[in-house]
Amino acid sequence: MTTSRRLRSTRLGDEGAASSLVAVVSTVIVFGVIIVAVLRSPNWPAVRDQFFNGDDFGESAPTVLRGFWLNVRIFVVAMVIIPVLSMAVAIVRSLRGPAFFPIRLLAIIYIDMLRGVPAILLVTLLGFGVPALQIPGLPNSGLFWGTTALVLIYVAYTAEIYRSGIEAVPESQRSSARALGLTQLQALRFAILPQAIRNVIPALMNLVVALQKDVALVSVLGIRDAVHEADIYKARTFNYTGFIVATLLFLAISVPLTRFVDWYAARDRSRRAQTAV
Amino acid sequence: MSTDEPTTPSTPSPPADDAGDDVSGAPAADGVETPTAKLVLDGVAKAYGDLQVLKGFDLVVAEHDVVCLIGPSGCGKSTVLRCVDLLDPIDAGRILLDGVDVTERGTDANAVRRRLGIVFQSFNLFPHLSVLDNVTLGPRRAQKVSRGEAEERARELLSRFGLADKAEDYPNKLSGGQNQRAAIVRALMTEPEVLLLDEVTSALDPELVGEVLGVIRDLAEGGMTMILATHEMGFARDVASTVCFLDGGRVLEAGPPERILAEPTEARTQRFLTRVIEAGRL
Repeated sequence: MTTSRRLRSTRLGDEGAASSLVAVVSTVIVFGVIIVAVLRSPNWPAVRDQFFNGDDFGESAPTVLRGFWLNVRIFVVAMVIIPVLSMAVAIVRSLRGPAFFPIRLLAIIYIDMLRGVPAILLVTLLGFGVPALQIPGLPNSGLFWGTTALVLIYVAYTAEIYRSGIEAVPESQRSSARALGLTQLQALRFAILPQAIRNVIPALMNLVVALQKDVALVSVLGIRDAVHEADIYKARTFNYTGFIVATLLFLAISVPLTRFVDWYAARDRSRRAQTAV
Repeated sequence: MSTDEPTTPSTPSPPADDAGDDVSGAPAADGVETPTAKLVLDGVAKAYGDLQVLKGFDLVVAEHDVVCLIGPSGCGKSTVLRCVDLLDPIDAGRILLDGVDVTERGTDANAVRRRLGIVFQSFNLFPHLSVLDNVTLGPRRAQKVSRGEAEERARELLSRFGLADKAEDYPNKLSGGQNQRAAIVRALMTEPEVLLLDEVTSALDPELVGEVLGVIRDLAEGGMTMILATHEMGFARDVASTVCFLDGGRVLEAGPPERILAEPTEARTQRFLTRVIEAGRL
């Protein structure tokens, strides 16, 4: 059994070497063609000057980087609040029994509304609208309300992912938890959620990657994040290189994050394949 | 290794000849149940969607009774057990535990479930918890027993059922028989007054059936009140104090196993048993 598996994996290994050679060659060809096409386009020199200017890169980098630090902070704050709030919404959404209907309905309305509005609209509406109300006791900063808008949207998406995980746990698990005399909430907490969360971790991590990029939306509020700093630089110098700086900064975080998500999902899949045997 | 003469057979309410009329299961107002009855199902009706599974189901279980529910697939054996454990709400009728109607509105269902234990066909252990955590979850969380106390009792029961060295393992490391014995321990942890067993050997490989039946036999000999839904006719003959043949959503015929399994009076019971014998199960 083990020997045959080893034999097969060796054979697969050879095939793997051959196919990775094919992959490298075709990648070089495809990217080569694209690069040549761009470099030989009639307006390339002007575009290079506008977007990939070394001097402008150095000049815009410090302010864009400072702006990016704000993006990172927004991201971190949101990442602390979203898991907790969305879990609460998902639990409410999953409660059974007529007594819970009103709050269940509220959760459904919340999720439907927040997922239905384009993020940039909600950021704009809350970020400009609520401070304009000048309600005493409420924060007046666009940063606060822009972040709140992002949190509200991502709570809705995250709650739906949690819920899909909860519903994927077999009904029999709920029955046997209830049969022990556990209350609905105890059954969720000790029997259902641990299984549900494990099921949806890859999906949750995809949302993390998406949020990491969406924090740039606060720039529409005039908040000096990476994108807005690049925009300011452009307005001053008529040069777009600052946007390239911002792009590289976002990529520097999101690409490793994405690779990590894929790696984790693959590892989780193979572990499950093992336990299923 | 057959059992001694089972304890006093109960007197299940007869398959009422006139019951055809009040299938709707309006609670009988006479209240003539024997005061000693541990559990009474009185005219219980249950439908899943359009499928009327139980139609005026009557059953009386006395303390220390071992009641075996037999009958063809889909006759409602599992439904009876799920309804008794209040996992599925009944549509009509009453279920009395120690004379108290537990299906009445406002009953604390969790408190009732803590007095009962149920074991499912497919074990349903929690895959993310070790065997020890599986069996102590109920006492610790639902009954607020301390961890130390719960684990002490758990280890005692686990070793009684031959699982002492499996306490730290996860369910996927255990065989089907070990899983099912762990599930039985989990149900026993809350010291149930009635144990409900839902075809607990049906999902097991044939060579593992014996170990689980042995456990149940021990429990029966220890005086545990039990209701078993089962296809194991030979086992029913050995341990049951009463065998009930279910048909058409009610008990068609009930009595001591030697009578029901050997000389049933109802034609449908006879046909069912003939098929079982042909399949080599009795």
